[in-house]
Amino acid sequence: MAAPLTLLLIVAVTIRAVLFRSSLAELIPERVEVVSPLNAWKRVVEGLALLDLGVSPYAGDVFHETPLIIYFFHFVIDYAEIVFMVMTRLVGCVFLLQFRKQKYALEAERYPLDCLELIRTPKEMYYIPLKVAMFYLLNPFTILSCVAKSTCGLNNAVIALFILCTVKGSSLMSAIFLALATYQSIYPLTLFAPALLYLLQRLYIPVNWQRSSFWLFTTQYTFMYLGSLCVMVCLSFFLLSSWDFLSSVYGFILSVPDLTPNIGLFWYFFAEMFEHFRLFFICVFQINVFFYTIPLSIKLKEHPIFLIFMQIAIISIFKSYPTVGDIALYMAFLPAWNHLYRFLRNIFLVSVVLLACSALFPVLWHLWIYAGSANSNFYYAITLLFNVAQILLVSDYFYAYLRREHHLTHGLYLKRKDGSEATLVLK
Amino acid sequence: MGLLSDPNRRRALTKLLTRLNAPICVMCYLAGVAWFMGLAFEPFTLRTYMSENAMGSTMVEERFPAGERALATGREFAAHKKKVGGMPVDWLVKTMQSRGLEVFTQSFTRKLPFPDENKERYMVRGTNVYGILRAPRAPRTEALVLSAPCSEGNNNNQAVGLLLGLAQYFRSQIHWAKDIIFLVNEHDLIGMQAWLEGYHHTNTTGGDWSPLQGRGGSIQAALSLELSSDVITSLDLVLEGLNGQLPNLDLANLFYAFCQKIGVLCTIQGKLQRNDWDTTSGYSHAAQTMMLMVLKQASGRPWGDHGLFLRYHIEAASIRGINSFRQYKTDTTTIGRLLEGMYRKLNNLLERLHQSYFFYLMPSLSRFVSIGYYMPAFGLLAVILLLRALDLWVQLGASPPGTEDGVAGGVQPSSPGVLSILTPVVISHMTGVALYTLPILSQEMAVQHFPVSETEAVVLTAIAIYTAGLALPHNTHRLLQGEGTEEGWRVLKLVALLYLAVLLGCTALINFSLGFILALSLVPIAAFITPHTPKALSAAIMVLLSPGCTLLYCVFVFQELQETPVSLQDGWMLFLSVISQGILDHALYGSLVYPLLALLIYPCWLLLWNILFWK
Repeated sequence: MAAPLTLLLIVAVTIRAVLFRSSLAELIPERVEVVSPLNAWKRVVEGLALLDLGVSPYAGDVFHETPLIIYFFHFVIDYAEIVFMVMTRLVGCVFLLQFRKQKYALEAERYPLDCLELIRTPKEMYYIPLKVAMFYLLNPFTILSCVAKSTCGLNNAVIALFILCTVKGSSLMSAIFLALATYQSIYPLTLFAPALLYLLQRLYIPVNWQRSSFWLFTTQYTFMYLGSLCVMVCLSFFLLSSWDFLSSVYGFILSVPDLTPNIGLFWYFFAEMFEHFRLFFICVFQINVFFYTIPLSIKLKEHPIFLIFMQIAIISIFKSYPTVGDIALYMAFLPAWNHLYRFLRNIFLVSVVLLACSALFPVLWHLWIYAGSANSNFYYAITLLFNVAQILLVSDYFYAYLRREHHLTHGLYLKRKDGSEATLVLK
Repeated sequence: MGLLSDPNRRRALTKLLTRLNAPICVMCYLAGVAWFMGLAFEPFTLRTYMSENAMGSTMVEERFPAGERALATGREFAAHKKKVGGMPVDWLVKTMQSRGLEVFTQSFTRKLPFPDENKERYMVRGTNVYGILRAPRAPRTEALVLSAPCSEGNNNNQAVGLLLGLAQYFRSQIHWAKDIIFLVNEHDLIGMQAWLEGYHHTNTTGGDWSPLQGRGGSIQAALSLELSSDVITSLDLVLEGLNGQLPNLDLANLFYAFCQKIGVLCTIQGKLQRNDWDTTSGYSHAAQTMMLMVLKQASGRPWGDHGLFLRYHIEAASIRGINSFRQYKTDTTTIGRLLEGMYRKLNNLLERLHQSYFFYLMPSLSRFVSIGYYMPAFGLLAVILLLRALDLWVQLGASPPGTEDGVAGGVQPSSPGVLSILTPVVISHMTGVALYTLPILSQEMAVQHFPVSETEAVVLTAIAIYTAGLALPHNTHRLLQGEGTEEGWRVLKLVALLYLAVLLGCTALINFSLGFILALSLVPIAAFITPHTPKALSAAIMVLLSPGCTLLYCVFVFQELQETPVSLQDGWMLFLSVISQGILDHALYGSLVYPLLALLIYPCWLLLWNILFWK
């Protein structure tokens, strides 16, 4: 395992180093698909400059990162490229570690005999971590995001560490990293439910409202989470001695004042909207991210890791300033679900659409901004298509997962009552 | 969503698509071609109309009186030009100053990557002279440009004369709300490139020019004037710019409206408009006009000096005076009035021209086909690639997971190694990179060792590398261990099909004509190539439909359509010069056609070639 991993890391670092030195390094950070107002490196530099001058970095409405990030970069500004490379490598390695152990206990249970082919062999399991790392490190989206020095890489690293700690069963570290991720960009809040479910599962505590042990652990975890979140927010306050950052970071994320085009769904909609509907629709759009947590948690309460995947995907689709770096995070999970491959129905369609859209983004941007011959509708049409494809992808995986579970309990070859072969239909 | 989730219906649809795949593809191809040809049929096209309010409803009077004087100035200019043996800078500066303009000059030098044999230039050194008429009625934030090239020999003297005459006349008027810049550029596009880059403080292609001393506001529109005789029979409008970009249709409408008003014969692609659309000859006339436009647009080069303005988001067109042996003659005063009217209307603009279409084809000057009408022709061709890809995808899975119900069972076939797919892809692209870089890099060496000129060396190296690429499949296989599997070529073909589809789609969005012509030649081979077809025949067809040969046909068709048919020998020479022009256009102005063909389309074709010789 070590040799291919080393090779992979060397290849990944080489690609990034070459791109950092090439002329593309100036072009990529300007692409709206790769950086958002939240995580653009240019803005971080601006914030640092303001900080050095003794002005609040949030003065001037350019910088929207959290105070901890700016102090972090304050120390490592000279090594920014290295930091970004290390961060991406970190994510890769973390992904590598986390899929080692999980999922085995689940599948050792007794299922009908003909399901044997559905259960992954240890050999297959062995390569999954490597595949995950490869999918993340060599994904063009991750590479672009890294070369643009988007701070999105940092957020991804925090989330990956959170998943690692959760999978390892360390509830304190899990809570701390979850709090850090939430502190960074609010949305990972929804990962609270799957993390809790997973830790409960690990401790063999059933999800049962009447049991005191359930409540005890939930309270404990919630307390750890809120406590560390509180510490971080207070720390930020003491670092800057002002509460400016709350409105400048979280207000900025939630109320979406910056309508620069990106690959998300917000910008066009709110650019077109009458001002007095704005608040209402912002609530509607933002609730989208959080809303799916409840039904998904109920449906997938036995499978928290899959739930984490679903939540991360939903966040990256519906968040207010998505970039390709967010997409790369959930795409890294896909090799972990390669046992669902045979149940996927639209994977061809979806991957073709995703591919075509990724190629069309720069083309339509060129036509709109440089040539002036197309307009924003062209670009938004592609954004919309891209997001529809992502939603189809995620729902396809969801369906395949449920379908596999169904087959695991009911047998692979279903029979109708009269003995003929039956097929499952989703209605 | 029923179609996507109900396995039975999906299976039926998939079965239908796979069983009828070939007939559907053939139908789509024929329908695509028929649709395209139908675009020239008048009932299917729209009549042009002025969309811009600021130009539509206002009245202007044209009173330019001084055509004769302009011609006299033109003759004076010609005399000075002959005396100096190039651009008479001092005379121009003095004359423009005497007409009350703020005059500035800009000098530029440019070394071409290799000698341009068509225009016989290598080291280019020149000067642009421009005068600014400051707007008396408004803050000077916007500008219009009227340019005339100072060409070699006896060409375009009348254009410069008329430009100076108009400058004098405009100076005496008080309507102007925008600065008007009168520009005389030397060495046509190279001078124009230098001036535009100087004006906008950019340097995209590494030219060497002195900075501009004076500027007007942001340029809203520009016209480039080419007149070579004292009287003309018709005016030709040239729209195609760099990379196939077109100006807003309103600019063409404006020109057409004034030609109608003043009574000047006007043409597009040198073809007059005809009224007998319901006859065969009428239809073929419109089709020829449209095909000419398609070919010109596909070439991606600027077809007049206006072509470079479009890059800066400035609507521009060239107006070319044509003197043929017709009875009906127009004098310079009338042309002056026409230009005056157009500038008066452009002067009324409140914002940039944006109301009308940017994507259009014109079968005649009063008719146009918009993007919504012509895109289906391309879509029908592109869908063939997707259908074939779907078919392959279904074949690839023994239990095809993407299309049928997962339960159908069967062992997953061992997928072919990533390496066997990656190797041809990488090698093809390396060949593409060689085709892109080597011709210019190796010209010196070629000149030393072979009895050829630099230009020939570049073109012949390009052709040599292009041909050498055909030998690749054998080399690719030597690199690979083991036999290529049946699976292997299917996966490779799937990759090639999707790659081609995305590539052509993106190309067609930026430059419809180029995308359509490439699709026309590449889609049939991409759709039906397999290792099992008869080798010799398929190889011949593939070579005949390769991008290089397509270019050759385009040269012949273009000459045929322009009613100047050439012999095979001349056609070949023309083909060589077209290649050198393409490389030069890329190096000088940043035209994208050559890199697109060399770096993307050609490797894609090589992938298909690889499939044919799959072992």
